Amino acid sequence: MTDTTTTAALPRVDRARLFTWLQEYGVYAAVLTLLLLNVLFTPRFLEVANFRTQLLQVTPIVIVSLGMALVIGTQGIDLSVGSVMALSAAMVVLYLGYGVLPALLVALVAGAAVGAAGGSLVAYVGVQPIVATLALLVGVRGLANVLVPQLMEFRNPDLIALGSSSLAGVPIIVIIAAALTLVMAFLVRRTTFGRQVVAIGGNRTASELSGLPVKRVLLTVYMISGVLAALAGVLATARLQASDPTSLGLFIELSAITAVVVGGTPLAGGRIRVLSTVMGALLMQLLSATLIKHNLPQSWTQMVQAVIILAAVYVTRERGAR
Amino acid sequence: MTDSKVFPAHKVPAVRAAGAARREHVGRLLQQHGALIVLVAVVIVGSFAFDFFATAGNAASVVVSSSFLAVIALGMTFVIISGGIDLSVGSLFALGGVLAAYGSQAGVVVALLLPLTVCGTVGLVQGLIIARTGMAPFIVTLAGLLGVRGLMLAISDEGATTYLVKDTAFARLGQGELFGLTYPVYIAAVLALLCMLLLQRTGFGQNVFAIGGSEHAASLMGVPVVRTKVLVYLMSGLLAGLAGALNAARLSSGVTILGIGLELDVIAAVVIGGTLLTGGAGSVTGTVSGVLLLGVIQSLINQVGDLTSSFQQVVSGGFLALVVIAQRLLSKAQRIT
Amino acid sequence: MGASDEPVLEARNVTKRFPGVLALDDVSFAVRPGEVHALVGENGAGKSTLIKIFTGVHQPDGGELRYGGGPAAFATPMEAQRSGISTIYQEVNLVPMMSVARNLLLGREPRNRLGVIDATRMYGEAERALAGYGVKADVRRPLRTLGMGAQQMVALARAISIDARVVIMDEPTSSLEPREVETLFGVIRRLRDDGIAVIYVSHRLDELYQVCDRVTVLRDGRLAHNGPMAGLARLQLISLMLGRDLNEVRASGATRFSRDHDAIATGEPVIEARGLTRRHVLREVSVSVRPGEVVGLGGLLGAGRSETAKAIMGALPLDSGEVIVAGLPLRRRSTATAIRAGVSLLPEDRKAEGIIPNLSVRENIVLASLPHLARGGVVSDARIDEVVDAFIRKLRIKASSPHQKVSELSGGNQQKVLLARWLAMRPKVLLLDEPTRGIDVGAKAEVQALIDELAEEGLGVLLISSDLEELAEGSDRIIVLREGAVVGELSGADVTEEGIMASIADHSPSAPPSTTPADHPSRAEAHD
Repeated sequence: MTDTTTTAALPRVDRARLFTWLQEYGVYAAVLTLLLLNVLFTPRFLEVANFRTQLLQVTPIVIVSLGMALVIGTQGIDLSVGSVMALSAAMVVLYLGYGVLPALLVALVAGAAVGAAGGSLVAYVGVQPIVATLALLVGVRGLANVLVPQLMEFRNPDLIALGSSSLAGVPIIVIIAAALTLVMAFLVRRTTFGRQVVAIGGNRTASELSGLPVKRVLLTVYMISGVLAALAGVLATARLQASDPTSLGLFIELSAITAVVVGGTPLAGGRIRVLSTVMGALLMQLLSATLIKHNLPQSWTQMVQAVIILAAVYVTRERGAR
Repeated sequence: MTDSKVFPAHKVPAVRAAGAARREHVGRLLQQHGALIVLVAVVIVGSFAFDFFATAGNAASVVVSSSFLAVIALGMTFVIISGGIDLSVGSLFALGGVLAAYGSQAGVVVALLLPLTVCGTVGLVQGLIIARTGMAPFIVTLAGLLGVRGLMLAISDEGATTYLVKDTAFARLGQGELFGLTYPVYIAAVLALLCMLLLQRTGFGQNVFAIGGSEHAASLMGVPVVRTKVLVYLMSGLLAGLAGALNAARLSSGVTILGIGLELDVIAAVVIGGTLLTGGAGSVTGTVSGVLLLGVIQSLINQVGDLTSSFQQVVSGGFLALVVIAQRLLSKAQRIT
Repeated sequence: MGASDEPVLEARNVTKRFPGVLALDDVSFAVRPGEVHALVGENGAGKSTLIKIFTGVHQPDGGELRYGGGPAAFATPMEAQRSGISTIYQEVNLVPMMSVARNLLLGREPRNRLGVIDATRMYGEAERALAGYGVKADVRRPLRTLGMGAQQMVALARAISIDARVVIMDEPTSSLEPREVETLFGVIRRLRDDGIAVIYVSHRLDELYQVCDRVTVLRDGRLAHNGPMAGLARLQLISLMLGRDLNEVRASGATRFSRDHDAIATGEPVIEARGLTRRHVLREVSVSVRPGEVVGLGGLLGAGRSETAKAIMGALPLDSGEVIVAGLPLRRRSTATAIRAGVSLLPEDRKAEGIIPNLSVRENIVLASLPHLARGGVVSDARIDEVVDAFIRKLRIKASSPHQKVSELSGGNQQKVLLARWLAMRPKVLLLDEPTRGIDVGAKAEVQALIDELAEEGLGVLLISSDLEELAEGSDRIIVLREGAVVGELSGADVTEEGIMASIADHSPSAPPSTTPADHPSRAEAHD
């Protein structure tokens, strides 16, 4: 790794080993490197306020990408997450009159319903995940806009508190995301359901022949993705103190897929890396923050992002092909 | 060759076969011309229901606003028939516009060549990556979507600079009119005819169908798989860039915020037009019908006062879902077992 | 024009190695113009490898390929095709959604003066080309709307129309109706008269005797026999394919089966399959297994053995038939139902249908039994470890640790992992499809000993094996299948390799495959 030869010139075995290492630890190494560089070269990087802002910004992406990781683990994809965020933002303000909890519940149920729609299309009708969730992406965003046509501010103190208060200096939103990460890691590693998800992504035929409830698991996976996206929508709305279905969650599906892929979860399914996915989201956030702090334009971030996605998929693909 | 191979498909007895054949035939007609049928129905209903609808002016405005989407959708049709997908077209559309406006400082030729060269190159590179490494088209063009938009922002000072089209010859390309329709409409129509010819009547078109239908069989039948795939993405890039350039000519400027989410409209139009997202089947006429159908729905919704334009999204999303379910069910029914 | 003496296509002392396998070992093969040459052998004999060398998919590691009188090398399938070697595969390798005419003429479409495809001429040409193959279909319609037989004919027409000098047919009749087989044979005879060389791969012996002039038998990557078809006795051909010298059959002892398998088990069957029928695949197959009994399914490749196992498991849709486990019929035909009732299937294709490659040994073992090893949906590590450790010990699975990836294990150990997956479910019936294929000798013996042990413990076992010795020595009773139907049953002292071979050979095919369910729709109700 120290010399400057390109990967193509490396012997096959070394290259495979390098790629394995990159898939396993690449994202952690990248985050650490970036942190270190920032500590050294970015003025006022270590200030608490800075960390707070960065974390708050990345929270919705983290929550959405947890569900996305689950879906990608089954060889699927969920493009509808951004629109689900918009829908839940619309729902939560519309039902805020009944109190925060009922409104939150309605929003989550809406997310589950969208997930169920996509999941049924995928599992029972047999539509490709990308198409099924694309239809939902288009339709659900429209629905959200119809429900709440323009930015709608609210004054419910409970919801505002959810978005702005902190516990021991850490924003509640961030705590929720961290807790969800742990729950998801537990779900994937320690529950029957989680192991079945991974098995189905690894070999669907074998899973079916082993009597796993393949269709039901797939449906559930998309519903979980929907609920998480809806929760992200509510939290983002709480922080904004306004419901904005037109632009909330726009393109978050791309960020979430990026986080999952950069975290080393293969698009070919059969493996779900929860903590690495969160790291992937943090890496992208850190990257754009770094570039901005050093007065490098937004355009750079996007181009660098594109390269990182391609590299990450290339590395995991190489491993998948064996 | 192995014992366990479940023999794929079998003939049904003659009596059932006749019924199946008829169903299959109806199914195929629906798939190919469903969008056209719905389009005609919507136009008829719209004409009776609303006075403003069946006017020449309204028809012209639908056609004009659809022409740019149509140009991109032509390329997407080839991509999807080949079994792929191109998410980068929205960004390429924006990039094409900015480059055209920038290039127009040096005249109409540069204004056209610059976006075509750059967008074509992007398409080519994407095609090469997809065909050579076997990475999923969806993820490669997703990276393209991000990278190209970054590139576009980089050359326009983060979107702060909007290049204006000064060259009148180029501006006329987007704004000039003939028989009440602007030039882009005719350009789109000519391109559609060319694409129809290309798809149905050339070896390249046959290869695209064959690869989308079964890549394995296609390669056994001697189809140059890599070359065909690369050409398909190249074409998609070129057409998206051209659409962007024409749009810049129409607007007289290279607007940087255009084309966000456009790829979804394009894919929706192509799929509604009866092209199978799994590849192997589709038509240019279907795509054109799909584009016009979305345009007509948009126009109806715009003009019915109490509906917001977001209603169009609900309708096209719902329509898209219906179409893919129908396609799925049709393909199940058509499998002769 | 008869067969000339100069071979048109020839492999001389060809060797082909794959990682871990010697697929072809010094094999020579020659086919002359105007000759129909049968190429036969069981799984792993090397037929496919040889064909793939002829068609440019593989390149030989040693030996020489000669074509048209000179040395030849085909780097790609395209090159072989261009030189005049056409192949028709068992599965139709055409594009189902494209029209018949476009499939037939892909790459060679007639053009008009402008250089674009002339559709009218294309349809005309296609219709003319197909007329000779007994296909009367609208050439404008998608290929998939045709029956399998007609599709096969289109593939054949395409292959031959490319000025072929050699036509290779790989199991071309596996999905044809008898009438279509006749048409195919007509075409083959016409090809022979035109001086085209035909290499014909099939497991249907009667077909070989009907159309082939010569036969080459491959076994375990080596040439086993080469000679004229006429005069070769059917039983002798089978013994050549299965590698059992008729005189040696009696001297046995290489397998690890130790139990006395001649005992006739008594008691109620633990599983009973009645009248399993699926068009072109299975015809009224009935099998029953008693507790403690090992029932073998015999037959050549493609006889419907794996399909029978899959059908019992609920993984193959059936036109009719029922499965009864421990006296109760399975109500829904799904794998989950069968598994709940106590049926387990060790599939033939370990990679595609068995292991989850990127999961560990441990997770692969508990895949099916996971819900039983969890409390409230949360898996219990202690209980899993208990089960996994027990099976790793009992089945002597060699892995560096239970956490090793299953894909890194040898074939034999992967097979044991799959066995463990099912044994952890405490099944009543085990369906074993080629349990020892592709695993090394030591592991093979261990698996065979295990089968004995399991039967001893009272399980009903249905054993499918192409290894005749294994089948004869491991089974208490053998049901012989041919072309999807039961043609014989051996028990007691008749369970010998010789008996199985005789049973496969006996049933003369010229007595046409009697009834297909389509002809007798009433059959479907017979078991209600």
